[in-house]
Amino acid sequence: MNAYAAADPLVSIEDLTVQLPEGSDRLRAVDSIDLKIASGRVLCLVGESGSGKSMTAHAIMGLLPKPLVAQGMIRFDGENLVGLPADRHRRIRGRRIGMIFQEPLAALNPVMRVGRQIEEVFRFHGVPGPYDERVISLLTDMGLPEPHLLRHAFPFSLSGGQRQRVMIAMALALDPELLIADEPTTALDVTTQKQILALLKRAQAERGMGVMLITHDFGVVAEIGDEVAVMQHGRIVERGSVAQVLGNPQHEYTKTLLAAVPRLVPRTAPELPHDEPLLTANAVRKTYSNRTGLFGPRRTVEAVREAGFTLCRGQTLGIVGESGSGKSTLARIIVRLLTADSGEVRLSGVEQNLLELGTRELAPLRKRVQMVFQDPFASLNPRRTVFEIVAQGLLAHGVPREAARRRVAELLELVALDPSSAERYPNAFSGGQRQRIGIARALAMEPDVIVADEPVSALDVSIQARVLDLLADLQRRLKIGMLFITHDLRVAAQICDQVAVMQQGRIVEMGPSADVLFNPAQDYTKLLIDSIPGRGAFLAPASGDAAS
Amino acid sequence: MPFLKRFAENWGAVAGLIVLGLIVMMAITASVIVPVDPMATQGRPLLPPGREFPFGTDMLGRDVLAGVVHGARISLMIGLVSTVIAALIGITIGAIAGFFGGWVDDALVRLTEFFQTIPSFIFAILLVAIMTPGLASIVTAIAVVTWPPIARLARSEFMSLRRREFVEAAVLSGVSRTRIIIFEVLPNALSPLIVMSSLMIATAILTESALSFLGLGDPNRISWGYMIGAARTVFRQAWWLSVFPGLAIAITVLAINLVGEGLNDALNPHLKGRVRVET
Repeated sequence: MNAYAAADPLVSIEDLTVQLPEGSDRLRAVDSIDLKIASGRVLCLVGESGSGKSMTAHAIMGLLPKPLVAQGMIRFDGENLVGLPADRHRRIRGRRIGMIFQEPLAALNPVMRVGRQIEEVFRFHGVPGPYDERVISLLTDMGLPEPHLLRHAFPFSLSGGQRQRVMIAMALALDPELLIADEPTTALDVTTQKQILALLKRAQAERGMGVMLITHDFGVVAEIGDEVAVMQHGRIVERGSVAQVLGNPQHEYTKTLLAAVPRLVPRTAPELPHDEPLLTANAVRKTYSNRTGLFGPRRTVEAVREAGFTLCRGQTLGIVGESGSGKSTLARIIVRLLTADSGEVRLSGVEQNLLELGTRELAPLRKRVQMVFQDPFASLNPRRTVFEIVAQGLLAHGVPREAARRRVAELLELVALDPSSAERYPNAFSGGQRQRIGIARALAMEPDVIVADEPVSALDVSIQARVLDLLADLQRRLKIGMLFITHDLRVAAQICDQVAVMQQGRIVEMGPSADVLFNPAQDYTKLLIDSIPGRGAFLAPASGDAAS
Repeated sequence: MPFLKRFAENWGAVAGLIVLGLIVMMAITASVIVPVDPMATQGRPLLPPGREFPFGTDMLGRDVLAGVVHGARISLMIGLVSTVIAALIGITIGAIAGFFGGWVDDALVRLTEFFQTIPSFIFAILLVAIMTPGLASIVTAIAVVTWPPIARLARSEFMSLRRREFVEAAVLSGVSRTRIIIFEVLPNALSPLIVMSSLMIATAILTESALSFLGLGDPNRISWGYMIGAARTVFRQAWWLSVFPGLAIAITVLAINLVGEGLNDALNPHLKGRVRVET
């Protein structure tokens, strides 16, 4: 605590409060918090969604959404940023306080070349041109390849990591004293995340900036943070150095959050009765192609190439990979939401190749392979009650309404929801509860195989852990085969018996998860494992005593 | 009900709804309020507004007030019926095109474009002229020229909705495609369609008036457009013949537009108002 207080604060927040309009789920988005950000340090603000961490950042930037106003004190260089006139705030914003956002594609202007967007920062703050030199040197600093060409590119032609680098270049253009980064790596792949975090750390050290990094991931905190403040319901419940908070958490909430962080630890594999395979896939291929214009060249993307696996009853097979690796495409081919170009998928007890069945022959088999979707908000029809959502398959297969009602009550109980929820609409439920409804819907048809496509990646960690437990428990009890798609190797380690690693449409490594994740044979798998944020702090059971 | 509350927040929409309600009441109770035949001679021709005839009389001595009150029936009815028919055609075609995509979509979009490229009013005149003027032909003509925008809107809504995960979940549960279109997708696409249809009632009333003005209306029924059309020869001598039905059209169309905008704000609250860039 002493070192924390001794450092000269760059920004000191005292008693900052943001009132929410009447009728919101709580009175205050930010509830009289105190916070000091020192120059030359990285402060991580951690919390689950809705904890008020982004609101705090927006209050500092003077960018609160319209009806909301901040009260209290945000002291920056002798000025109180709360209630500062807009034109004065504008001079500070961008020049002395930079900000980067979660989704760089949304934060960049899609119809302007990235070089010009960086130039704008200089122009708006009255820095005389020409800017070419500065832009190129900034882009070089960000580790972007061929900056003199790249600055003429439009955002859509850059990769996610490159876009985030451009965003950081914009934020750092005028050498701000403080950089606010709002979930800067959440939308990125792990390997890119590692690079961006390293870039941020380096830029911070070179410039001696203060950084306030907002994140929900304790792995990122362990990777980059110096100090950490934990927020819950708009209050700061715990703060201190990263070593203190991660090593010896005091507040209950911090403890539960830390305990919920998925750890890359070997899972005690259950005894598997060696059944005949339930679902096998062989040499599955899918190529997307599109032609630009009538005579334009045909662009083809091989989304899935020669992928194959075997899934037994009661087993969980994880398919891990980065975005664009083809794992979701493969999942959708298995459930026949997409048509493969070639290949073979066989379900036990069915003579034919599933990929060759027509819609009519497929209809009776559909209920044997069900899916749990990623987005708990898009996967439930907002205009139908939970009963109608869960029972839709039962009713479609001619189960009488009364029987369906009993079955839905059973299913809701199975996923630990109150049976009375059946009459309510999805908007009455939180993300985790919605995902439970999605699981109940998948179970309604008593499937043999469940394909779960990133079922927990949209959820907060504490809820993630509970949904994973539920899935694992259901799978054990009902002896279902589960295909579990995820980008998070830690989650895969927690739930999967077998793991297949996908890269550019190919399965590069497959085997029992203890082998693949803890003794990888392929370089790509090693790279993925290496990129897990905060591995040092969370990996070994040796530090387990510190975290639990 | 949050919907009613949001609607009530918009003063213009509430005023429009009240005015529209009064006009509808007037149309329903026309024969009670003004119990005279609007097509029959009631007094001397071309009497200016006075005590006996508040809105005056026309060239044949017919009561203009009776015409305005009774004419509301035809105007509202044509507006409503033709819009309902246009919406049914448009939503069906748009839903099929948007949901199935591929060559079905291509074919239906070409068909829609075919109708949309013909200037709609001239097309309507042509249709009425071919089918002999009458109530049914006017309704048909208006419906035929107004469905394409609805079809395009429905198509774009369905295209974005059919990719949603809840639709995929329904497919996996074995729900039939017809049921998915009607019960899963349509309810989510309905609000912008309702808003658009409500605004099209106003356009339909205007089109009917314009057709009647040109003498293509139903000659046996009084309507606002017919009254203005009949009055055009004596426009300079007898202003009251065209001003009162003209006002009736203007007020009705304005009221419907206000209600439509209110519906838009209430059904799509996130589109309400303008996006303001804070500086």
